[in-house]
This record gives sequence, structure tokens and C-alpha cells, in this order.
Amino acid sequence: MLIGAIMALILAFHQPLPPPPPIAAAEPEKALPPPVSPAPEPEPQPEPEPAKAEPKRANASPELVVVLPSADGHVGMVVVERDGERVVLNEAYASSRIAGTSGPQLVRLPEPQVRAAFTPALVALPARPMSFQLYFLRGTDELTDESRAELGRMLSELRQRPAPDILVVGHTDSLGQEEKNDALSLQRAQRVKAALVSQGVAAARVRAAGRGEREPLVPTADGVDEPRNRRVEISVR
Amino acid sequence: MRWILAIAAAAFTVASYADVGQIKSVRGTVHIEREGQQLAAAPGMGVRQSDVLVTGADGAVGVTFADNSLLSAGPKSVLAIDRYSFDSTTHAGQFDASLRQGTLAVVSGKIVKQTPGAMRVRTPASIMGVRGTEFVVQVDEPAK
Repeated sequence: MLIGAIMALILAFHQPLPPPPPIAAAEPEKALPPPVSPAPEPEPQPEPEPAKAEPKRANASPELVVVLPSADGHVGMVVVERDGERVVLNEAYASSRIAGTSGPQLVRLPEPQVRAAFTPALVALPARPMSFQLYFLRGTDELTDESRAELGRMLSELRQRPAPDILVVGHTDSLGQEEKNDALSLQRAQRVKAALVSQGVAAARVRAAGRGEREPLVPTADGVDEPRNRRVEISVR
Repeated sequence: MRWILAIAAAAFTVASYADVGQIKSVRGTVHIEREGQQLAAAPGMGVRQSDVLVTGADGAVGVTFADNSLLSAGPKSVLAIDRYSFDSTTHAGQFDASLRQGTLAVVSGKIVKQTPGAMRVRTPASIMGVRGTEFVVQVDEPAK
């Protein structure tokens, strides 16, 4: 509540201050010369002041921003602005350079050069958050055989993480009474937590909670035997 | 007993209120500047709004935030967490960070997914609006 109120206040106060960056869809045409333009120009456009103009770097130390493709090949978008002058980076390895008094300049750097410059930071990136689902035998906190194997895979993933945060949320199908399902869902989550702890995961890093039959993976009528809803969902980060 | 529970609850609330992320990886020399103090960074340590992460010449650090944003800094870096808010129910939030020098790698999280542009990264000369997802930033050391 209080946090919400503070957030609302902060937002209310801060929105007006920096002219709300209307970085939105409006600009790209002007900021994005390459897409439809003469195809082969991967080199940094030789501007009037080439890289040798070092004495002119009076104001700003050199800055570089590069957009990377994610593991699935998706490329996001970053807008770089200096005093109203901006470029949009929305292609893999599209880069912005700033030096001295210049505005952001669009350049395209070769991937190996980017990887080399940023290796220590990229290596230090935390492991991506992951999620797992484990399934149970009807009316019990016993894992199915497949899920036992999955638990093993999860443990080896956890061992890669020096300080994992693990949230285990238990669920049931809609067979039986709600109160009993609340208890069973929590029991499932706690059973998985106990299994992790017995394998060396610190108990303080695992939270267990139950959601009863409230969040079925597969919505059903009441009183339906649905194996896919008898599960725990585990978030690891 | 009730009294102890109340204190435990208060302590938990304070901790969960203050921590917006957690250090996941540390290499070499890394510390957090917080309220005038220098704290040696270690995996599992909480990161709070207004913290400044500082890495040595051999240092690197990685942090996972509440919305699953991932940030890491390479050697000789100064990275400030200026503002962070995240509502885990609506995924609304705001994430402002500043790289004063060094290198930074970012994988944006649920805040940006919910509200493209709600994450901003400042450098001495520029400001970045983040609409997703992965990017890196380098700020050279100021010339002496």
C-alpha cells in the first residue's frame, strides 16, 4: 500500500520533469537511415571528423551503445539521446557512438569486436531465470516418474547458480474439497522444497507456497481428475 | 510470542521493501556504496535503490532484479541504481540506472515488457530509453 502510494507520488512528480521522452514510434523514419537505403555500407559512415579528431573530445568521454540479438535471435530496441539529438538502435549490433561534443552517431560494429570489448561484463551476466513444472500422482505429494527425472535436471541447473532464488508454488486438480486441496498444494510445494534441501540447496533460498485448485493449468469443471493440474511450478533465478 | 512475530514480520517487510535485486556473480574487487558506506559485494547480497556498484580493475558483478532484469558491469565500472520500482502483480514499474564509467550489459525484464521505455540508462553524455531487450554500454574513463 505504502509502496504503491510512494510509487504513485514518485511517478506523479517525475513524469513532468524530464520532457517525457516521446521516444515512441514517431521518430524512426528520420532516425533510421539504413533499412531502405543503399545496402552495402556496413562501415561507420566517415563523417567530417574521423576517429582521429581526438583533441576535439573536450566535453564527453567516448561512449558506445550496442544492441545485441538475444539467444532466440530477437532484437530489441534502444533509443540513445543527447540533448534532443537521437538515434534508434533496432538491428543486431547496431551501435551508437558519442565523442566530444558530437551527438549520437549510428555505426555498425562487427560482432567479434563487440564481444571482445564487453566480454567481462557479458560473462558476469546472471544466469537467465528459468521455470520448471513437476507433476504428482493423484491425491498425493508423490512425484510422477517423469517428474523425478525432471527434478534431477533442475538440481543440476541449480548447482550452476551460486546464489539461487527458488519459488515453489503447489497446485491441485479440482477433485475433492477446496480446503483439502489448499493443504495438499502446500504439502506438494513443501515436499519439493524438502527434496531440494536434502540435495544441498540452502533452505533459506527456497520459498514454498500453495494455491490449491485456484490456478489450474487446464481449466476444468469442479471434481475433474486432471493430471496436468496436479503440479508445482518452480521459478529459479 | 506475538511481540517476536511482530518484529520478525517487520524485519521481513523492511528487507523485502529495501531489496530490489540480488547480486548473483562477483569477480575480483566489487563493492556497493550505500549511505556513505562501502560494503564488499558477495553473491546473495541484496541490492537497493540508490546503491552504487563499483568494480575494480579486475572486477565484474552481475545482478538479477525483482522483475528479472539482468544487469552486469565489467572492470573499472561505476553503476548507480537511481530508481527502481516494480509491481509484481501488474508488472508496472520504473527502472533508472546510470553508468558513470566502465562497461554495462543489460537484459531487460518484465518492466520493459509491460511498458516499453520504462527503463532508462544514463551515461555522462546521454540517456537511453530501453524498449527491449539486450544491449551493452561503454563509457570510457574521463581523460585526465
